[in-house]
Amino acid sequence: MTTDVREPGRAAPRPRPERTTAFVVSRIAVLGVAAAILLYAVPPLVAAESWVPLTLLCAATAGISYLYLTRRFIPAKYLIPGTVFLIAFQVFPVLYTVTTAFTNFGDGHRGDKAAAIAAIQSGSVRQAPGSPEYTLTAALRGEELVFLLVDPKTEQVSLGTKDGVEPLPGAQVGLTGKVLAAPGLTVLKAPEAAARGQEISALAVPTRDGLIKANGLSRAVEGKATLVYDAACDCIQGEGGPWQADESQGYFVNAEGEHLAQGWQVNVGFDNFLRVLTEPTISRYFAGVLGWNLVFALASVLGTFALGMSVALALHHPRMRGTRVYRIVLILPYAMPAFAMLLVWRDMFNRDFGLINQLLGAEIDWLGQTATARLGVVLVNLWLGFPYMFLVTTGALQAIPRELTEAAAIDGATPWKAFRRVTLPLLLVALTPLLISSFAFNFNNYNAIALTTDGGPFPAENPMVGGTDLLITYTFRLAFGPAGAQFGFAAAISVFIFAIVAIISAVAFRRTRKQEEVYA
Amino acid sequence: MKLALRHVFVLAVCAFAVFPILFVISAALNPLGTLASTELLPTGASLENFGDLLTSETYPFGRWFFNSVFIALVSSFASMVLSLMAAYAFSRMRFTGRRVGLLALLLIQMFPQFLAIVTIFMIFTRVTELYPALGFDTVWGLLLLYLGGALGVNTWLMKGFLDTVPKELDEAATVDGATHAQIFWRIILPLVTPILAVTALLAFISTMSEFLMANVFLRDPDSKTLAVGMYGMIAGDHRNTNFGMFAAATLITAVPTVGVFLWLQKYIVSGLTAGAVKG
Repeated sequence: MTTDVREPGRAAPRPRPERTTAFVVSRIAVLGVAAAILLYAVPPLVAAESWVPLTLLCAATAGISYLYLTRRFIPAKYLIPGTVFLIAFQVFPVLYTVTTAFTNFGDGHRGDKAAAIAAIQSGSVRQAPGSPEYTLTAALRGEELVFLLVDPKTEQVSLGTKDGVEPLPGAQVGLTGKVLAAPGLTVLKAPEAAARGQEISALAVPTRDGLIKANGLSRAVEGKATLVYDAACDCIQGEGGPWQADESQGYFVNAEGEHLAQGWQVNVGFDNFLRVLTEPTISRYFAGVLGWNLVFALASVLGTFALGMSVALALHHPRMRGTRVYRIVLILPYAMPAFAMLLVWRDMFNRDFGLINQLLGAEIDWLGQTATARLGVVLVNLWLGFPYMFLVTTGALQAIPRELTEAAAIDGATPWKAFRRVTLPLLLVALTPLLISSFAFNFNNYNAIALTTDGGPFPAENPMVGGTDLLITYTFRLAFGPAGAQFGFAAAISVFIFAIVAIISAVAFRRTRKQEEVYA
Repeated sequence: MKLALRHVFVLAVCAFAVFPILFVISAALNPLGTLASTELLPTGASLENFGDLLTSETYPFGRWFFNSVFIALVSSFASMVLSLMAAYAFSRMRFTGRRVGLLALLLIQMFPQFLAIVTIFMIFTRVTELYPALGFDTVWGLLLLYLGGALGVNTWLMKGFLDTVPKELDEAATVDGATHAQIFWRIILPLVTPILAVTALLAFISTMSEFLMANVFLRDPDSKTLAVGMYGMIAGDHRNTNFGMFAAATLITAVPTVGVFLWLQKYIVSGLTAGAVKG
């Protein structure tokens, strides 16, 4: 500033960066965003009493606000926004997957032991012989859901709450046996009751020797729990029992070695990993799936690269005409929505009305046999992937000086030799990182399999593992499939996949690191 | 090699590239609208399938289209910004953990997000209980999830490109008293348009096609994306009968992508080149 003339003789103060308007506005914005996040995110956490996430959230918000309020830590200012998402949705899930792999989490093992006991006891309630069946009307006492129970024989109305049953005088009973109105209570109409169906079926009204539970929305029966937890022996007494708690399996087991359906989540150590390696129905297929997975990924990368590069080389000639038009046509497969085209390819391979058989005049069940199905998915992946390789090789070719190949030609090299010794090595230097990441992508190319063959064809003896299954599609079926969720086991396979991809990539990167200085 | 041979080869590959697309066009124009009656070349020219699609009550195609384009636009824009900021730090600043950070990005990229689908499912079950607005069946939750993959190969691509922008520019600006934020927004940002175009486009294309996460995440018909919704359109018994409608939907879906692609073509080649050569 020209007006800023300091008095001579006094030591100049240490220059401080100006507080510009942009500075002030950006700081206010930071505080505003932080306040907004806290206002939105804190109340539900407090209501759910989850203190650990709450502490984490407050600490993270405070840390990030401080980072943007201070003038220091400039690199972190640019790195944090992406990193927050990276940690929340990639690093954290990966770590969580690793810990889940050591538990038996899945169907039948979702909650803790107390939840399992509660589910077993209330699930075992059977109607006691000779006990009355009540006509049920759901009602509200204030905010609390209560049952109005009408004994069909005596027409007496009683009020059932979670604390017990008491007579209810003064209720008005309709023709169907349902209560129409009751003093001090709000009777729920049928749609309102239906909306609270879950609450109604969860309410258990204790009686002298059992429980009254709803059976549908308009009937209630008195029953007794046939299975009862006994804390003294840490077991469940009742029919088929005693069922002793087995903490290593997370089940209640009886003397015959049977177990109750409902279990709880326990740590099982390396069991899931051992299961992958030792259980014959799995380990035999695991090796096969892994082998095919490697073949699929390699064939996809090499096939797309070979085809994409060939076309790029063919177009890379000074007297070649129409390259612009060719390029647009060749890029089209990449620009089409991949998921839709995968489904279209699936239907082109259809035996009865697919295009391929129509054109060939054949009756081949392409996706019904392992060999042709594998050929098919590789071909589909070639179609989807080669335009990308074509694009990047076109780019890389333009960066290779033409003098090099011309010099080779003058020295008497055949075109093949010039390509093999000059062009290809230079291309590989530039493209190896992309080839490796393409390999990693295709190794876990869920879409290419799930949308075409869905892992099939499946052999008759094992409907869980199909001929074209990749590890990732197989894991997905285990975790969410119709056979019931086995999250712990699926997580163990995920860890195996992590390890395999990481090792292959690490080896490949070690090799390329020698070729070029990517870390500059 | 003879020029004619080159043309023959390229034409053959073009035929390979085009024939499935031709089949889709033919199916979309086929008045019968079934898979069985569709041939490679159009047998009729009827817009009936397009009409059925846009007026269908079972399949809210317009809603899906909006959801997909919205998610793809917002997430590709946001991930472009996040990625560029990180790339700027990696390219222009020297700090402890820089090399480790770069390598970690590459390694995490090797573990694709969907391997952790089981845990993501569990995390979002909890999130849905606490914050329904960010949980399952919402666009925002899926968007957050996609942003987890913002840093990755794209960051490397951008860093490679930024390395080619002369450092003297920033130094001159620093001498003139510009802050790091001013340099980033006023000087770097305008210079890196090609690579921004490339990464935004790549992110747009991959988000439009993302199926696995969206399939677990979105159950409600109105919240579905094109990938999930169109998959349901030809699932099970509807495979043959809805094929014409499905093909029409495919073509409509491709229109924005192909358009943007043609528009940005020159940037794409130069952007990829710089990134590829620099690693």
